[in-house]
Amino acid sequence: MPNADIVRLDGAEKHSGAANMDIIRLDGAEKHFGAVRALAGVDFHVGSGECVGLVGHNGAGKSTLMHMVAGTLIPESGQIAVRSRVEDNYSVPRAQQLGIRCVFQELSLCPNLSVAENTRINHPALRGLGWRRKAADLITAKLDEIFPDHSISAADIASDLSIGKRQMVEVARAFTVTQDPLELVILDEPTSSLDAHTAGQLLAFVRRFVAGGKSCILISHVLGEVLGNADRIVVMRDGKVVASDAAKAFDRDRLVTTMGGAEAREKIAAEIAIQKPETGPLRVRARPARQQDGNELVAHAGEIIGLAGLAGHGQTDLLLAIFAAAAARAKTGIEVTAPVALVAGDRQSDGIFPQWSIAQNIGIRSLARLRNGLLISPQREAELADFWQKKIGIRTPDMNNNIFSLSGGNQQKVLFARALGSDAKIVLMDDPMRGVDIGTKLEVYDLVREEAGRGRTFLWYTTETEELDNCHHIYVFKNGRIVAKLGRDELTEEKIIQSSFGDAA
Amino acid sequence: MTAAPVETGPKSSSERGALARARLLRGLLPAMSLVLVLLAIAWLNPRAISYFGFSLMLNLAVPIALATIAQMFVIAGNELDLSIGTFVGFVGCVTATWLKDTPLVGVLILLGSIGVYALLGALIHLRNLPSIVVTLGMSFVWQGLAILILPKPGGKAPDWLLSLMAFKPPLVPFPIIAALLIAAVVYFGLMRTSYGVILRGSGGNAAVLERAGWSLLKTKIVLFALAGLFGVLSGMALIGITTSADANIGNGYTLLSIAGVILGGGEFVGGRVSPIGAVIGALTLALAASPLLTFMHIPPDWQVAANGAILIIVLAARVLISRRER
Repeated sequence: MPNADIVRLDGAEKHSGAANMDIIRLDGAEKHFGAVRALAGVDFHVGSGECVGLVGHNGAGKSTLMHMVAGTLIPESGQIAVRSRVEDNYSVPRAQQLGIRCVFQELSLCPNLSVAENTRINHPALRGLGWRRKAADLITAKLDEIFPDHSISAADIASDLSIGKRQMVEVARAFTVTQDPLELVILDEPTSSLDAHTAGQLLAFVRRFVAGGKSCILISHVLGEVLGNADRIVVMRDGKVVASDAAKAFDRDRLVTTMGGAEAREKIAAEIAIQKPETGPLRVRARPARQQDGNELVAHAGEIIGLAGLAGHGQTDLLLAIFAAAAARAKTGIEVTAPVALVAGDRQSDGIFPQWSIAQNIGIRSLARLRNGLLISPQREAELADFWQKKIGIRTPDMNNNIFSLSGGNQQKVLFARALGSDAKIVLMDDPMRGVDIGTKLEVYDLVREEAGRGRTFLWYTTETEELDNCHHIYVFKNGRIVAKLGRDELTEEKIIQSSFGDAA
Repeated sequence: MTAAPVETGPKSSSERGALARARLLRGLLPAMSLVLVLLAIAWLNPRAISYFGFSLMLNLAVPIALATIAQMFVIAGNELDLSIGTFVGFVGCVTATWLKDTPLVGVLILLGSIGVYALLGALIHLRNLPSIVVTLGMSFVWQGLAILILPKPGGKAPDWLLSLMAFKPPLVPFPIIAALLIAAVVYFGLMRTSYGVILRGSGGNAAVLERAGWSLLKTKIVLFALAGLFGVLSGMALIGITTSADANIGNGYTLLSIAGVILGGGEFVGGRVSPIGAVIGALTLALAASPLLTFMHIPPDWQVAANGAILIIVLAARVLISRRER
């Protein structure tokens, strides 16, 4: 984005020139969920032609605030004004009439409907004769505009698309226009399932959108995205806005300090360098199904192995193959010498048991140990849950609450507790930090390194290059094959991008 | 060479093509099972494959298809209707008595019963009740009402209904034309119209619909009212064929309709239903029920049990094939 700076200046000028032209303004918004105070009197506004970056830990209140902007939650006290007009009966339909849209963090397509049909759901105006054609044209045009070379057809059924493609559809759908105007789009972790290439396309589009006088709220845990694309950054902590300033006034360190996430990443590098493990016994030897040359993945006890490359290029498939090989004890060209646990990336569909309590969700991988005769001992289950609650800080008043009472980051912690609390010596991680806040991430990184120090092996697929800093070796994937193996010391972002885009060496 | 191949990587075109093929195959499964049953009949008794033979064999297919469609609407919203069978029986009793003797009262009762279905949908949504419990309770209500109206078998179908169901079009037997018509109308209504998308979406991901500003109460009411409407049509068609009614006449339809939906490629949850498949499923069941078994010289005493066995085999085959496709 060579002209991003110029555009940002434009946006800032526009904003300061018409300071009272707020698209939306919330004053003193408050909200409780049971005993938990989610929002404690928040003032928040977005000007026209402004891209506001919103950052904070999971559980800081960002999602609650955005649900209010989108009309899905009503504040208990405080008021909402759109274009300086106080809205007393603010609701989802009202927000849509006023041109306020939201792409929620949870993927929100109907899996049984096609891309075009999913578009129709958000557009009551798409009806009557020929609506299918119109819906298909609408979404295809927008996809072409935001993500050229997207290779998604309007007739594709949503459940057939990969998680990244589904996110692309959702984002594009939020920018489609029929009868209602489009003024403000809330993007809640829009790039969490996108690879670097498509994320860049999206962010470039957001800049064009804002340059056109529209507004955008960008929520992301990838701080670089917020720093590079927002005009103004709002930082939230514990249900309050703790800072709001021009993006230029922030840098990475100041953001992290303001959010309350402490350590910087240099520490990680140093620590990894110190505890470079001597080679332990072999734990995994695996070769991807499509591998033609002799490259294979080898992991020893105590190693953290990174799987890198663009999203959906065979990393997950290999993890699942290793998992299956461990379960079946079958010889399929994959050698696994110890019990395996998997931390799923798509936690809503592959990770959590939605009807179960937090403690039950942790205990499911360790039932053999929790057994007392034929039954599960509630006492041992509670002990296990309490141990992990303290160890990784799952924020809840009661581990017997339903898993959905937790915020997204805390749900992910539960999945880590499930894997780490089990007897597994090998932990497979399928991009588990998707949409998790930086504070939680740093805590989990520490935990992973600590557990690796005790001899556990981690195979870690991640779409965030920064996370690879935690790994001893990195395998780069392309088209289902391993195309490069990098040691820690040779790891640079350029090198990974080079391997993921270039021809197989 | 550099950026272009990335987007057509393993996750996109080839895999998606495979998924689309698998879906197409699953979509063809109902038709294939129908062809299989037809082949079996043709092999056992070639003379059955004729205008007259089909008219006879598919005699009861129309009410079964209508009841299956009724069930399909309920399943599209992730619910289950265990009362459709006794409801069909109740409608039959009303048709053979009130509708013939005092048509206005009869029409009002039938419209009212559709209204009751709509209210059930509202109740299930508002009170967040399991539909299985509510409709199981209602099945006894409908049965009781049917017995009150017609304590012992009797009554007579209205003449216009008799002549409609006895209609003999040239070349193609009436049940086949009726089945095609039902499938086409419901397919258009549920799969092609813009509100049909909303109805199916309510089964796929209700939270999304709510956030987009749609009323889930309304979708549930519409789905249940449609189930009531097709239940009424089913009961009337049944009486048009049998000419007189019996309070227990529709009892088998509850499970037949569920089996028809599933056999036709529908799934219990997720809003994945297929009107055309459901009608084909109903035809398959109608054929696999008595005609096939009679041709196999299975004594009537054993036909019900054999019917159940066929159901298990056909549904198991469906599950096996669709699992292999995955």
